[in-house]
Amino acid sequence: MQPVTQARTGSGSAIAVRGLQVAYGGTRVLHGVDLDFAPGSFTALLGSSGCGKTTLLRSLSGFVPVESGSIVVGGSNVAGLPPEKRGMAMVFQSYALWPHMTVLQNIGYGLKLRGRSKAEIAAKVGEMLRFLGLAGYEDRKVTALSGGQRQRVALGRALAIDPGILLLDEPLSNLDAKIRMVMRHEIRSIQQRLGLTAVHVTHDREEAMTMADRLVIMQAGRVAQVGTPEEVYDHPASAFVANFMGAENVLPLVVTQGEGQASVAAGEARAILTGAPASALPAGETLAYFRDDVARLGAPDAPAAGGDLVVPGTIAARAYPGGVYRYKVEAAGRQITVDDADRHELGTKVGLRIPLQRLHIFPASEAGISA
Amino acid sequence: MIRLASSLKTALAAFLLAAFAFVLIGPLANLALWSVAERWYTPYKLPVVYGTRYWEQVFRPTGDAMASLGTSVWIAVLTVVVALALSIPAGYALARLKLPARALFMVLFLLPQAFPSVAIYINVARVFYQLGINGTVFAVVLVHAAHGLVYSVWIAAAAFGAVDKDLELAARNIGASPMKTFFSVTLPLAAPGIIASGIFVFLESLDEFTGTFFVGVPQVTTLPLLLYNAAMGGNYQVASITALILLVPSVLFMLFIERFLRADVLAKVGA
Repeated sequence: MQPVTQARTGSGSAIAVRGLQVAYGGTRVLHGVDLDFAPGSFTALLGSSGCGKTTLLRSLSGFVPVESGSIVVGGSNVAGLPPEKRGMAMVFQSYALWPHMTVLQNIGYGLKLRGRSKAEIAAKVGEMLRFLGLAGYEDRKVTALSGGQRQRVALGRALAIDPGILLLDEPLSNLDAKIRMVMRHEIRSIQQRLGLTAVHVTHDREEAMTMADRLVIMQAGRVAQVGTPEEVYDHPASAFVANFMGAENVLPLVVTQGEGQASVAAGEARAILTGAPASALPAGETLAYFRDDVARLGAPDAPAAGGDLVVPGTIAARAYPGGVYRYKVEAAGRQITVDDADRHELGTKVGLRIPLQRLHIFPASEAGISA
Repeated sequence: MIRLASSLKTALAAFLLAAFAFVLIGPLANLALWSVAERWYTPYKLPVVYGTRYWEQVFRPTGDAMASLGTSVWIAVLTVVVALALSIPAGYALARLKLPARALFMVLFLLPQAFPSVAIYINVARVFYQLGINGTVFAVVLVHAAHGLVYSVWIAAAAFGAVDKDLELAARNIGASPMKTFFSVTLPLAAPGIIASGIFVFLESLDEFTGTFFVGVPQVTTLPLLLYNAAMGGNYQVASITALILLVPSVLFMLFIERFLRADVLAKVGA
């Protein structure tokens, strides 16, 4: 990364979205979204395809007409303005570089629109290319560049107009894995140096967590949870979020609240939880969500100690993804995926040792996706 | 046995190739021969006297041929201007805007081709007589443009349709007005297709006979009309030379299509 010559701080704009509703041909895609984007923040919109994250980004940029609600940037509502009047620059998944223009013409396009002289444009583009590690590429045809280079040019084109807001529409999903890692860090550091307000759409959980300082999880046109990567990962607000953030194992539990403690049962297996975590548990029929690295394999008759639930099960499948073995365990009528360092044979009876503290437990009635 | 079959196959292939070459090249060779034949009569299989007298006659600045070539080119240029002035906005609208009766519009431009042209042109001539524009270049241009629009609109719609919408949005996004976006991004990217459609209209106009015959004669004489008159008058030399001149732009157009028009544009024609 080249030293940043035009380093600025806090040039990003704040965005306030209120009651945003968007429909495509009669089908409502966004059902009233409220979100605030602080100046200089990096927010990732995360969700599975069709959740409305791209629609939200495109309504911010003005590509999609807003049905109702407001988008306030710098004190004024831009929801009714055309894209060219919003001061937001977008980086597209397809790069959307103009194939009939050179690198210089692509990056300089926005400056030319703003009436800058040829010399000014050449100087600014040259600076931008050095900044992006593409010095001397001015006269190349964009069709002659590699994917990573094209994405950098697309980024340069967006940054050249000194936007307050940078919109990123899955900009890395067309790149191969290695370049994707590099670009994650580059985009993040550029955003920080320039102090831009960035909104990044992705379906890649890891990408969102490593780049953004705030995640917005979207589900069916609504915001499911907003928080830092840690909050969303460790304290999912709903079963959907837990599942989306990788807690894909589902175990039905029955919770009975008692005096200062809660009894948790999975079939025959029982455990007692005490103190504050116990009172936070929902009572009755619940579903617990947890990741592959939560449960441990032990003897089927091991005592349930220290707030761990020990569920008897049978090993049904084994794979070796590297480092640890990954088992499918038949337990409590479910298939549970468990990572374990030791090698076990198929059909072995085991005890699934599950620490209650690390489960994400939701009432069965709320958890829509009971697997 | 196998050798016999394979040599039979080769013989058959050679025969077919020769037949194809004869069908394709035969008439052209005949044209070329006639154009340099100063005297050719039965029973001779080849011209008796060769010479370029008729070429000189055709290319003489005062000759009919040059005048009608000028008329033809002038009409073709005007036809291209009229056709593109209509087909660029129409093609863009058909490709981008959500028109309710899109298919109907596409078919509408096809209508002039759907009926027997003589029947149409007789009626067009009648209407043009009433308007008092029969026998003018303007009338001929109108007829040629109506004929060429189906190609130019369909090809323009395909060319605009092949331009990725994100490319337009990217321009809007960093500050370009819709008009600026159209002229700096959409139109340049669709240009090869638009140019091809223009050339196509140009060639169609250069070649057009029936419509010109009904609404142009006798005041407007284009190259095909001259060819017709020469052929009817037994002047095969002038007819051949005129035909050869008409051939040149078509060949150039084929080379252009092959060189510049992308397959994805061609695939969208009429879609």
